[in-house]
Amino acid sequence: MKIVTLVKHVPDATADRTFNSADNTTDRAGVDGLLSELDEYAVEEALKVAEAGDGVEVVALTMGPDGADAALKKALQMGADSGVHVVDDSLHGSDAPATARVLAAAIGKIGDVDLVLTGMASTDGGMSVVPAMLAEHLGLAHVGFVGELTVSADAVTARRDGDVASETIEAALPAVVAVTDQINEPRYPSFKGIMAAKKKPVETWTLADLGVDAAGVGLGAAASVVREVTKRPERTAGTVVTDEGDGGVKLAEFLAAQKFI
Amino acid sequence: MGEVLVLVDHVDGVVRKTTLELLTLARRAGEPAAVFLGSGFDAARDTLGEYGAAKVYVVEAPEFEQFLVVPKAEALAQIAQASGAAGVLVTSSPEGKEIAARLAVKLGSGIVTDAVDVAADLSTTQSVFAGGYTVTAQVTTGAPVITVKPNAVTPEPAPATPAEEKVAVAFSEAATKARIVERKPRAATGRPELTEASIVVSGGRGTGGDFAPVEALADALGAAVGASRAAVDSGWYPHAYQVGQTGKTVSPQLYLACGISGAIQHRAGMQTSKTIVVVNKDPEAPIFAMADFGVVGDLHTVLPQATAEIEKRKG
Repeated sequence: MKIVTLVKHVPDATADRTFNSADNTTDRAGVDGLLSELDEYAVEEALKVAEAGDGVEVVALTMGPDGADAALKKALQMGADSGVHVVDDSLHGSDAPATARVLAAAIGKIGDVDLVLTGMASTDGGMSVVPAMLAEHLGLAHVGFVGELTVSADAVTARRDGDVASETIEAALPAVVAVTDQINEPRYPSFKGIMAAKKKPVETWTLADLGVDAAGVGLGAAASVVREVTKRPERTAGTVVTDEGDGGVKLAEFLAAQKFI
Repeated sequence: MGEVLVLVDHVDGVVRKTTLELLTLARRAGEPAAVFLGSGFDAARDTLGEYGAAKVYVVEAPEFEQFLVVPKAEALAQIAQASGAAGVLVTSSPEGKEIAARLAVKLGSGIVTDAVDVAADLSTTQSVFAGGYTVTAQVTTGAPVITVKPNAVTPEPAPATPAEEKVAVAFSEAATKARIVERKPRAATGRPELTEASIVVSGGRGTGGDFAPVEALADALGAAVGASRAAVDSGWYPHAYQVGQTGKTVSPQLYLACGISGAIQHRAGMQTSKTIVVVNKDPEAPIFAMADFGVVGDLHTVLPQATAEIEKRKG
């Protein structure tokens, strides 16, 4: 069985993230990047499937500029077998539909993929639409928002907890599955894992390698544009009181003054 | 002005409030046309008309309940193409985003997710980077596919008598690949739905696992209950109630954070709340920096006192 896990290199969410002023794209240079935290759950789930079965291969796939291979490195250190980095200057500013198209082409080139595991969203754009778009391009089932997963030789069974109901889903392989942060506890790379990762193969593919037309991707071909970016004004801290036996009453007084009661 | 399609979010014909918000937004940009998929339309007809649906497309098929989102995406794509829709609005829920994602690919359209406002030209406003930035965006290719967050607008009635059109859809082989084998409705709490509530009371690590004071305050205020990731990860409250980057994003009129320190993970889910009230015994907790009103104190004494005072004032 071959599992591809999608890993995205994103600006650190705890840093002061911003936009490139020239074209309103995410600033990926001015802020330290790392593997999107939510993708660690997908890597972990892939590794759990690999450890439970024989002959399971885990390929980590990323698309992003130079430096995005740091996300691959983390996945390899955790235990993925190999990595693929799709990098091409034409990709700068690609929107979600173009990203999904390129990733679908890369998965086609990897070949014989049984299962694609992804996080529920990236921690930068956070649209969480790429997995379903990818499945649409590949003509596969997609199960998103998965909190519990069982993988057999030819199918997946998944539980997802929605707003109004908890559902159990069955889908034949190949399939795309997006997992939440409830599904497992991602491992930290061990020293052995970090050393082993240095010897693992990483391939670098361009759009030409994938047979994708550069004119159809990137900022110029994006099907939506960001017109304006405004930094939200910092919230100004209001009144803070220390509870001296009447904190609850003061809280209620504030709510009443604001007409919430 | 063309039709702006609104995918109706409903449970057996009971229309959710977010759909009424979408109809209100759709009116700005064109003629609102509701798309009702599944059974129970008789229960939904009057509500959709009351909120201004000029037209309703109804598709009844067992596939909608039997399989994950693809049948819905296919039906919506067929209607959007046949009607030459100017745009499609869908609720920003996990399911709504999955439908919208597939729809955008099928239509070759651009997509915007998590809009907090939609203008007459179908340009959108979103809050990004954990609420740190506001961006405006516009789809430039195809009929815009837009998912809209709950509470983006107050639903405004605009009574109409919708023309009804029953549509038959032939599903593709791809539509039946993810089968729903079991569906357990969540037990009703009697509280408003988290993302739709105008007041949310959330508890975190500071509850020590005891959510009773949080729930009591929520009930006194008619609020929904939320939880921080720390509380959910500790098994104290179900994940469905998690507020934050990996849970729900809420934007209520009033948000009360109780025993929550205010990590970026949590702030991402509540930063756009109108008024923020904090109760935390640690005066250094970062969440105080964004509080309109804060109490440094133990939530286990402050909340019950506040609850009692609110009950007293309500008489």
